[in-house]
Amino acid sequence: MEYFVQQLINGVTLGSIYGLIAIGYTMVYGIIGMINFAHGDVFMIGAFIALISLLILGSLGLTFIPLALLIVLIVSMLLSSVYGWTVERVAYRPLRGSFRLAPLISAIGMSIFLQNYVQIAQGARVKPIQPVVNGGIVVMESPNFVVTLSYMQILIVLTTLALMAGFSYLIAKTALGRQQRACEQDRRMASLLGINVDRTISLTFVMGAALASVAGMMFVLYYGVIDFFIGFLAGVKAFTAAVLGGIGSMPGAMLGGLLIGLIETFWSAYFTIEYKDVAAFSILVLVLIFLPTGLLGKPEIEKV
Amino acid sequence: MIGLFADPRVATAAAAADAALLSVEHLTMRFGGLVAIDDVSFHAARREITAIIGPNGAGKTTVFNCLTGFYKPTVGRLTLNREGTLFYLERMEDFRIAQEAHVARTFQNIRLFPAMSVLENLVVAQHNALMRASVMTFAGLFGLKRYRDAEKAAVEKARYWLERINLADRADWNAGNLPYGDQRRLEIARAMCTEPVLLCLDEPAAGLNPRESAELNELLRFIRDEHGIGVLLIEHDMSVVMEISDHVIVLDYGRKIADGSPEAVRSDPNVIKAYLGEDEADELPPEIVADLEQKTGGEA
Amino acid sequence: MATHVRTAEGSLDLPAILKDCLMTGLVVFALAAPIIGLRTIDTPGGLGIDYRFDDVAFAVLAGIVGRFLLNLYWAYGGRRRPKAKTEEIAGGRAGAFMKKVGLYGGPAAILFAIAMPMLPFADRYTLDVAILVLTYIMLGWGLNIVVGLAGLLDLGYVAFYAVGAYSYALIAAHFDWSFWVCLPLAGLFAAFFGVILGFPVLRLRGDYLAIVTLGFGEIIRVVLLNWYEFTGGPDGVSGVPRPSLFGLEFARSSSDGPTFHQFFGLEFSSLHRIVFLYYVILALALITNFVTLRLRKLPIGRAWEALREDEIACRSLGINPTNTKLTAFAIGAMFGGFAGSFFATRQGFISPESFTFIESAVILAIVVLGGMGSQIGVVIAAIFLIGGTEVFRDLEQYRMLAFGGAMVLIMIWKPRGLLAHREPTLRLPPSRKPEAAPLAGGAS
Repeated sequence: MEYFVQQLINGVTLGSIYGLIAIGYTMVYGIIGMINFAHGDVFMIGAFIALISLLILGSLGLTFIPLALLIVLIVSMLLSSVYGWTVERVAYRPLRGSFRLAPLISAIGMSIFLQNYVQIAQGARVKPIQPVVNGGIVVMESPNFVVTLSYMQILIVLTTLALMAGFSYLIAKTALGRQQRACEQDRRMASLLGINVDRTISLTFVMGAALASVAGMMFVLYYGVIDFFIGFLAGVKAFTAAVLGGIGSMPGAMLGGLLIGLIETFWSAYFTIEYKDVAAFSILVLVLIFLPTGLLGKPEIEKV
Repeated sequence: MIGLFADPRVATAAAAADAALLSVEHLTMRFGGLVAIDDVSFHAARREITAIIGPNGAGKTTVFNCLTGFYKPTVGRLTLNREGTLFYLERMEDFRIAQEAHVARTFQNIRLFPAMSVLENLVVAQHNALMRASVMTFAGLFGLKRYRDAEKAAVEKARYWLERINLADRADWNAGNLPYGDQRRLEIARAMCTEPVLLCLDEPAAGLNPRESAELNELLRFIRDEHGIGVLLIEHDMSVVMEISDHVIVLDYGRKIADGSPEAVRSDPNVIKAYLGEDEADELPPEIVADLEQKTGGEA
Repeated sequence: MATHVRTAEGSLDLPAILKDCLMTGLVVFALAAPIIGLRTIDTPGGLGIDYRFDDVAFAVLAGIVGRFLLNLYWAYGGRRRPKAKTEEIAGGRAGAFMKKVGLYGGPAAILFAIAMPMLPFADRYTLDVAILVLTYIMLGWGLNIVVGLAGLLDLGYVAFYAVGAYSYALIAAHFDWSFWVCLPLAGLFAAFFGVILGFPVLRLRGDYLAIVTLGFGEIIRVVLLNWYEFTGGPDGVSGVPRPSLFGLEFARSSSDGPTFHQFFGLEFSSLHRIVFLYYVILALALITNFVTLRLRKLPIGRAWEALREDEIACRSLGINPTNTKLTAFAIGAMFGGFAGSFFATRQGFISPESFTFIESAVILAIVVLGGMGSQIGVVIAAIFLIGGTEVFRDLEQYRMLAFGGAMVLIMIWKPRGLLAHREPTLRLPPSRKPEAAPLAGGAS
């Protein structure tokens, strides 16, 4: 029982990270109908920026942890947004209305490029850091097992909830959100009504990148080690989460993220840790075949 | 069968006159809460051009999509009678409808294979016949005579249609580089290469100038009279509808509001109210009338 | 960043261009400052930062100059944004040129490839590189069926390569069958895997298919890595038998009868085996090419291309999309499997490390950069990408960076690949009978 509760806590934490990345996939898919293969790499870059800013703040002697974390959060969100914006501007915008496979191939090229760019600039070795947020609460205790909820886990789940609430508000209530939803429904009509479609799409990428960078920062803090390759697996799993939740749906992405996080954690805890990535991929295939609209997605009507 | 094309006269003699080619009964299609088609029934016959008209959003294209299997109707029976064999289209997958029931269609926004040549577009349409001739590719791989003859026949059939649509000299062009009007006619020719018994045309005259539109009328009459098949037509251009249709069905908000000869429909008060406006019946703009007169005069 | 490179009077709008370049510089600075400018390095006390502002300055400068040149290009003659267009009509100038290349270039290249091992410069190193390039040409041709002809974006092609390699290695290890028996088996096995994977997923939309195939590639690799009893796990399979020429082994001596050099009365040379391997892969690659060229002119090949152009139209013409895609997938997988068993027999040792996603990405880059559907394009791309990186070994780490960047740029510049010219599979022969009067258009 205690073991189960501990895995539940771990799964929710991991799921929050996947969920934050998945939102980026889902928003971009909603607005331009394509998978942004480079999104996982933007997450990885966000993690690197967070790591680097942490190191710089540390060397500057900032010891008040909450302030340091806030600065890191803002810096990595801002700088990763520039990456998200640039990816869209360079690799996707010129290809709108092009040959069907062109944007996909361009996206894969972008993903390969970003991965190797970071590998060359930052080196291929893993980057470990000292834990920043320590300690936790003991939730349950039994003679041979102690269930702890670390402060880091609390921080991750709370930040995720806050960001979710903020972004849901943004989409539901603000002019930007309305424009975004309008572009999702009908891009041509939206542009005829005076919505700057290019700007709206750019902003979608910026928001997705910002959320992914938060996930990246959490990842660094939680696992304490990153390398240039983390974007690949995290990206695929977050994409699975977006599909499972119903691609195009924000709450769906979050729900899918949680489920994937839980499945992966429990799989590793009760079955074999070697095959945990296989589990995620298998779920992806099964969902796409048997539940293509996902849990909370709308059915897609083929335009003929 | 790998003939050039079936001799239309023989086909007509064999056709059972009383059975309708296509009967649509109680067709209903809902998308979530939206009822796109509401209990529509009609018939279409061989050697007839049946037009489906109606304002935008009346559900015309949805009827086509149900007939050709791209949508599964919520309720309804769609029966196609091909030489005495009945096909229930609502139960069939889209490609099987084309393959077995021989219903062919065109699309509102043209769907050619743009990077392939005009001739290839017409040969791809004969895929199933050629696959049989190539014994699932194996006979073709070794270049057996059986396959080479079938390919020759396919090219000849393509030539027949290219000459009909006046594109024989552009057979090796990429289809995507043809002018718009040529693309429309090529799409019809491509559909005809599948040897259909029912041809569904989704706004074939859209975007055509009056001259091209008149040429299209000629082509559709030729298909009806010489090939003896049924043509189902969605059209906004009244010069096309009134001139060549044998039978007109009017849809409005997913319901059938009229069904009859062009003359009857033209004077139906419901139709005038719903579709053609409050008081004015359909009148061709003067320049089209002039054009049409000139054309018929030139031919006579 | 809407740029107006010209003023209303038509002269160059320098202030606007400069502003645009400055903006670019700013963006490049924001991109480069954290990742390039602040390098994390290992220090005795944990991670430290190495400041490299000169690199950032260089990147910003490169960005500004590049943008300026781009602006000049737009101002003088270049199109602002290349329109997505289909190629010019067949038989145009580019068409005639490409036809010539196909007519003379192809046979010339084949003759050269056959004569290569006899030429004076063919030492062991050159032959090794040539074998590697040919392996990738074969893989590229195999994937070209799937991506270039059928338009199915397969990101897990390496899985079939792995299946081929492991089936040969394991069959040979357990049953002691010869390479020539195992080769077709390995191909069939890979094709079988292609069908098993393809059947459920081929009805998915293009981008879903891409990510599912990527997942499949990873699953295969993870299974190979962890199924220790069967595949040897990370240690791989070693001692994969070498191929023989009608039972003649390429060894100094053999217990199973005469070896190659003894049979022909030659001096023993280790080069014999390399030359033999070279001809094996050349033959395999040429078979792949001829089968593909043949299939392209058959109904199935035309249906693949039609499916790439418009699946909905295909369905309206009665083409079964799933079966058609499945054949493309299976045939592509089969050639991947052949290449895999060749790889296993050449290396003598295989491990999961040889079958990572990067491998799939390289093969895809060869197909995409060469021109989807173009056989010659694949050859040229493979020579440049594989041969080129073999020659410039020092730049190894920039290889994938350049591949990724090139994929993006080529897609923007030429969405169907560099050599995207397509020759129709058949032409209308001149008519023999008097032309029937056209129905439409001829009247007035």
